[in-house]
Amino acid sequence: MKLREKIEERFFKVLMIMATWFILAILALIIFSIFEKGIKAISWEILSQTPKGGYYYGKGGGILNAITGSLVLAVGATVLAFVIGLPVALYINVFLVKRKKLVSIIRFILDLVWGIPSIVYGAFGFTLMVIIGLQTSLLAGIITVTLFILPIMIRSMDEILRTVPIGLMEASLSLGTNKSETAFRIFTRQTVSGIITAVLLSFGRGIGDAASVLFTAGYTDNLPNSLLEPVATLPLSIFFQLSSPVPEVQARAYASALVLTVIILVASLFSRGLGRRYHKTKINF
Amino acid sequence: MIASLTLLALLPLMLFTGLYLKSFLLLHDYNLFDLLFSREWKPGAGKFGFYPFIIGSIWVTLLAMLISAPICLLSAIYVTQYTRKWFIRIMHPAIDILAGIPSVVYGLWGILVIVPFIGNYLGPLVGAKTMGYSILAGSFVLSIMIIPFILNIMIEIFRSIPDALKEASLSLGATQWQTVKTVMMRKALPGIIAALGFGLARAFGETMAVMMVIGNVVMVPHSIYDPGYTLPALIANNYGEMLSIPKYDSALMFAALILLAVSLFFNLLMHFFISRYNKY
Repeated sequence: MKLREKIEERFFKVLMIMATWFILAILALIIFSIFEKGIKAISWEILSQTPKGGYYYGKGGGILNAITGSLVLAVGATVLAFVIGLPVALYINVFLVKRKKLVSIIRFILDLVWGIPSIVYGAFGFTLMVIIGLQTSLLAGIITVTLFILPIMIRSMDEILRTVPIGLMEASLSLGTNKSETAFRIFTRQTVSGIITAVLLSFGRGIGDAASVLFTAGYTDNLPNSLLEPVATLPLSIFFQLSSPVPEVQARAYASALVLTVIILVASLFSRGLGRRYHKTKINF
Repeated sequence: MIASLTLLALLPLMLFTGLYLKSFLLLHDYNLFDLLFSREWKPGAGKFGFYPFIIGSIWVTLLAMLISAPICLLSAIYVTQYTRKWFIRIMHPAIDILAGIPSVVYGLWGILVIVPFIGNYLGPLVGAKTMGYSILAGSFVLSIMIIPFILNIMIEIFRSIPDALKEASLSLGATQWQTVKTVMMRKALPGIIAALGFGLARAFGETMAVMMVIGNVVMVPHSIYDPGYTLPALIANNYGEMLSIPKYDSALMFAALILLAVSLFFNLLMHFFISRYNKY
């Protein structure tokens, strides 16, 4: 090997190692700064109370409104997206499995819809609200977030469902089941872990997104109690409180960020753990 | 099942018509060319020039791509070609976590770390007058956000290249880097371009994180240390006021329409690119 080649080899290898460790280091840095700021700011009082009088000038209260609001909104949207999404994903993989061209067009459209920025969904959701005469409310937020996470939900379920071998479907059909039974009894059981992963992934997206709820869900100091009233969310509570000049209020933004990050980390760890556990019910070929 | 499937298939069309109808008021009264290339943004006086926002978005997006493209490419090659299997098992959760962190949290991190760094160290070092809230800060935060997205696709692409190709090259006496450079890269090139295209589309529409660190000053930036304004930030910042002036409302919906069009265009382009390439 010539010297020049040797140097080139070394040079690029070092660059590659640097790039990889850069990514890992940045991740560590982000997690570290969120936790460092958040743990200093967080307290039981912040977690367990709603904003009180003078809250936005640094007086007492907490972010319970945003925590419960976010959870209610994200769970609602995830459930709705699941109820719509699972049949669609099954339909693509059981009923349309022979029509390759149609399926690839559907996948293509889903990918396109997945790529649309969430702020566009927010603007569209707002337009929709005006048309049907809805105020900023939990319901409007749920509808918008559902639209936003639906393609994510369907495509991730679809990726799992398409790994189900066709032999399993044939075996099931030959035993006299119809296609719906095959879809809901056999396919879902075979892919439980993947479906749970898809649901938790969508939940994480839904709870973390601010741009889509900005126009539609509004913000309030109260706990969510009605579908037709505005609801507070964690991403917006971070965003609004961070722009305050009062340090106490800013600290609560750090606390909110910590809570939100922990919820998302737990959801992603949970999906891995559950995935491993439900592996047992799977039939291996 | 069929009903929800149809609904979903029509979603892009619904989005498009909805936003188009809303922005019709603006498009009816103004020339499209003037809207896109005029620099004056005075909604109160009925002047809607989107140029500063469009150029701000383009700067931030391109700069972010410039930062993350080489990092993702190098890292994808390293992870797939140079390391053992266990390393990928570490990288995957790391990528998942990076992808899962919400954009407001990225924005918060940008305000805590990147903005002071640029304002206090980097700016004075290069002699630029900056508060830290700048195009550069926006691009940097954005580049980190799209890394997991691009890296994931690139890793898949490099993994899908058959081992035989690599073995053939190595057996002919090429070094590992030569194999990567001349054989793997050639095979992976269309995929790499597609990964970058998808990343670009994603970056263009990113809202909150960029908005939190870019400064939000309506101006055509002259350097990367200047503050700027992006299209998504324009929509997000003005949602409260927009109801009062119908044309303003219409203008914001027009901004959303531009975003939708850019996103659909890039995604379509890349899909055709990939399907074309897959035939060979």
